[in-house]
Amino acid sequence: MPKLTIDGMEVEVAPGTSIIQAAEQLGVEIPRFCYHDKLSVPANCRMCLVEVEKSPKPVASCAMPCADGMKVFTQSPLAQKARKGVMEMLLVNHPLDCPICDQGGECDLQDQAVAYGFDRSRYQEEKRAVKDKELGPLVKTVMTRCIHCTRCVRFGEEIAGVEEMGILNRGEHLEIGTYVAQMMTSELSGNLIDVCPVGALTSKPYAFTARPWELRKTESIDVLDAVGSNIRIDCRGGEVMRILPRLHEDVNEEWISDKTRFAVDGLKSQRLDKPYVRKNGKLQPATWPEAFEAIKAKISGGKIGAVIGDLADCESIIALKDLLKALGSSTIECRQYGAQVDVSQPVGYLFNTTIAGIEQADAILLVGTNPRVEAAIINARIRKTWLAKRIKVGVIGPQIKLNYPTKYLGAGPETLEELLNGKGAFADILGKAKNPMMILGTGALRRADGLAVQSLARKVAEKYNMVKEGWNGFNVLNTAASRVGALELGCTTGVSFDDLLKLDVLYLLGADELPMDKISKSSFVIYQGHHGDRGAARADVILPGAAYTEKNATYVNLEGRPQTARQAVFPPGEAREDWKIIRALSEVLGKTLPYDNLAQIRQRLVKENALFGDIDVIRPAKWAAFGKDGKCDKAPFVLSIGNFYMTDPISRASKTMAECTEALLNSGDEKAVAHG
Amino acid sequence: MRGQKMLSDKDRIFTNLYGWQGADLKSAQARGDWSGTKDITAKGRDWIVEEVKKSELRGRGGAGFPTGMKWSFMPKDSKDGRPNYLVINADESEPGTCKDRDIMRHDPHKLIEGALLSSFGMGAHAAYIYIRGEFYHEAVALQKAIDEAYEAGLLGKNAAGTGWDFDLYLHRGAGAYICGEETALLNSMEGKKGFPRNKPPFPAGAGLYACPTTVNNVETIAVVPEILKRGASWFGSIGREKNRGTKVFCLSGHINNPCNVEEAMSIPLKELIEKHGGGVRGGWDNLLAVIPGGSSTRLLPKSLCDTVLMDFDSLREAYSGLGTAAVIVMDKSTDIVFAIARLARFYAHESCGQCTPCREGTGWMYRIMQRMARGEAEISEIDMLLDIGSEIEGHTICAHGDASAWPIQGLIKHFRPEMERRILEYRKRLAA
Repeated sequence: MPKLTIDGMEVEVAPGTSIIQAAEQLGVEIPRFCYHDKLSVPANCRMCLVEVEKSPKPVASCAMPCADGMKVFTQSPLAQKARKGVMEMLLVNHPLDCPICDQGGECDLQDQAVAYGFDRSRYQEEKRAVKDKELGPLVKTVMTRCIHCTRCVRFGEEIAGVEEMGILNRGEHLEIGTYVAQMMTSELSGNLIDVCPVGALTSKPYAFTARPWELRKTESIDVLDAVGSNIRIDCRGGEVMRILPRLHEDVNEEWISDKTRFAVDGLKSQRLDKPYVRKNGKLQPATWPEAFEAIKAKISGGKIGAVIGDLADCESIIALKDLLKALGSSTIECRQYGAQVDVSQPVGYLFNTTIAGIEQADAILLVGTNPRVEAAIINARIRKTWLAKRIKVGVIGPQIKLNYPTKYLGAGPETLEELLNGKGAFADILGKAKNPMMILGTGALRRADGLAVQSLARKVAEKYNMVKEGWNGFNVLNTAASRVGALELGCTTGVSFDDLLKLDVLYLLGADELPMDKISKSSFVIYQGHHGDRGAARADVILPGAAYTEKNATYVNLEGRPQTARQAVFPPGEAREDWKIIRALSEVLGKTLPYDNLAQIRQRLVKENALFGDIDVIRPAKWAAFGKDGKCDKAPFVLSIGNFYMTDPISRASKTMAECTEALLNSGDEKAVAHG
Repeated sequence: MRGQKMLSDKDRIFTNLYGWQGADLKSAQARGDWSGTKDITAKGRDWIVEEVKKSELRGRGGAGFPTGMKWSFMPKDSKDGRPNYLVINADESEPGTCKDRDIMRHDPHKLIEGALLSSFGMGAHAAYIYIRGEFYHEAVALQKAIDEAYEAGLLGKNAAGTGWDFDLYLHRGAGAYICGEETALLNSMEGKKGFPRNKPPFPAGAGLYACPTTVNNVETIAVVPEILKRGASWFGSIGREKNRGTKVFCLSGHINNPCNVEEAMSIPLKELIEKHGGGVRGGWDNLLAVIPGGSSTRLLPKSLCDTVLMDFDSLREAYSGLGTAAVIVMDKSTDIVFAIARLARFYAHESCGQCTPCREGTGWMYRIMQRMARGEAEISEIDMLLDIGSEIEGHTICAHGDASAWPIQGLIKHFRPEMERRILEYRKRLAA
């Protein structure tokens, strides 16, 4: 453990720690541009130069490992002169266009120029201009502003795994670009905007819309996949302007997928802002009392059931479950896809390894899943692990293009059976692995023989010692943000899916992925949700609810980690928070639910499942038998998501996501990410 | 200062520097190459490194780092299975320098034998020669010599009967000056962009393909066999203390006989120019300035040229450096400001661009220098130039930033009145 002093303060750090990291531990700020703690260290910006005793030249603190007895000075004349000089050089060819730059107000260069720069320029020569690059519908480029820190290049190579960005030319003519004009084919490309310390890479949809100091920032949770990425919602007035990632080392680190970031414009279109009631075959605007009365008229006596949609929050789920129970029904189902897989054991539907746990794995078997599309953040974690340890990844299911090498094993359950019998090269790899893991996609379970596949996967996990003391390598990759929460709340039913869709009254809590044409013509359908999507089109009564940015709500991610989303803006028009709608309806129906505020309903959640008592805590599930032995069909696995950019009512309403679909999927480009 | 007396023919190492004899193996053997190679390796690895240390040989690529010490940084035996490598830097691109070129063209077997002996000393079974892209004929000549050596069993399995397996590869660069920087060279060889790497880790710890590597200049390696054959004391008897041995000087510019010449270290500059360069065009008094060690070293005005000795320490005392020992002579017809502006352009053009100060600063200095050459500048900008140079110097990953600042510093130190005169003259012209 080297012990050193920085500005006279002593600190002891782990071997291999760089000076800049040691300074951070002490709270000493060293300015930097190219250094990013999730990326490799090129030490090319030279902003972090500090003085080290016995070194005649200033030292790049980001690249210099701490040594015992080192004496570092961050504020000495030598360090200050170096810093000032570098800052002047950075500004030599940087345009003074801050007033029209979207990075203005949150620009590292701006901030550090104020802190470390001169108050005027000595540069009298002509400035350099660089041609802008076309990077697709998400990232806007103004390359003249680029300071060549190469963070974007390293992000592309290391995190996103697409070697598309690069450095062209040399010296003053150095440019960042794609060489062959093409867009980034990454589902993480939006993070380039965050890693860019200046205004060279900014958000295209957000361009010229707001200034950071006008924005109200709300820390929340993303629901557009089941990862539960931590996000920050930036709003101005009643409008969500943009979504940014928030650091959570165990979930999304500091990345978010493009859908999480850019589908936000979908919150502004196709919104349900008032109740509707179907009269004479047509949906007519109505008042809340009218809508509730219409429901009351139909609900008495008939058999009622409910389907939980992909974006539903736990508060509204428990409220709906309680309401149904009061009405004498327990028919509530969260598995919109229809297959009756065994969810009696949490270990059979959770991502047991945990996202951070992936880094301990040394062999991964992907079954019927494309993690790049179904959970881009988890895929980034797999890539990170591969980059660090060159782990082996085997794929069963459709042939997919991932950003790390994989071994293709086969298309369907047969391959899984072979593996169970110890056949094939990957059997050896799994057998020798210390921490083998399997990721089972819901695509592999959404079939008539789902139960048998589930049981088969369990046996493979057992055979290869994937579950043992201190390690659980069995994982199901859920894709809906509501799913695990709803399962934890027991929202499953033994009623077959076909029967469910024939009930007299069907309550859809944001359920848009159902086969709507299979719902019986005579069924009375109540749709509660925020977007005029498939569910609303079939509905007889529409109750306008709140999107995830508009409510205080609890979601459980695929690891079983409960997290809280916070209200950033109010729902539009007459729309209301979802659990409140159900609570109000219960009163009209004469079955008043016993909670009046958020605290009370959260207590109700904890009573139903203690899991909800500890926010951000994962309770490891116990290994148990699940699934049912049976004969598996020979049919190959089919992926659950085809188009990464359009998976839910919000992203389907997003213009940006439509542009991405157009640009990446319909371009015929084989490399495009979301080909299922 | 008392200099070294002229080198006698018997002390010459590069006996075929001018190509008057054949470069082939047979001719080289007739000159003494590849003789007793086996006997030297029989004395052991440590003896070789120790002997080179004792000879006080300093790197001939420009920085002048003691070669023996550099070799001793290499791990003695591999603990993790990583091999040791020797990389020979033949990316000779410093303006004014053309010594390695003649060695490779006319005396390639000195280099090849040196590669074997040095590699043996460092425990490397493979060495790579990274040759400048523009050196087409040199690459052909060198490859021919390597093929000859393989055929004669001097390379490959049990090279030259030493019992040491040794392979030598020639790798051609693509013509970037910066790839002569040792770590940029390693990146380039690995197929990456020629960006110098951060140090630490130093190449001796993690160099080529992250294996322990020593990078040496062609001339450094080529003199090794002779040192080992004649003994460190012989090499050490030439030149001044800490500046030992012979050195190939490249004389160019306004002299009557531009040439490469092998001379004793610490020979007086004046003697070098007069005896081998045929004197300055128009006589010694027509001399304006000399750049003594390749374009990056600071120039010397005539007053210093009268007495300065050509070695590392003497030139450093004269606020310059020996560099690659490429002597560029400029007589009084030279537009000295324009000449240095031209060098500034070279450094701006060849900056790799990864570090901020060098990327932005070299172009900035060049543009100011361009105006300075015309006189179209402010007098205060002369000090500003120095300040910009100080913002680059020592703040970059590699020495290119330093090298870009030095010529301008030399100019300002010795020719400030000339720069000021030009500015005032320009103003007068403008007013008229």
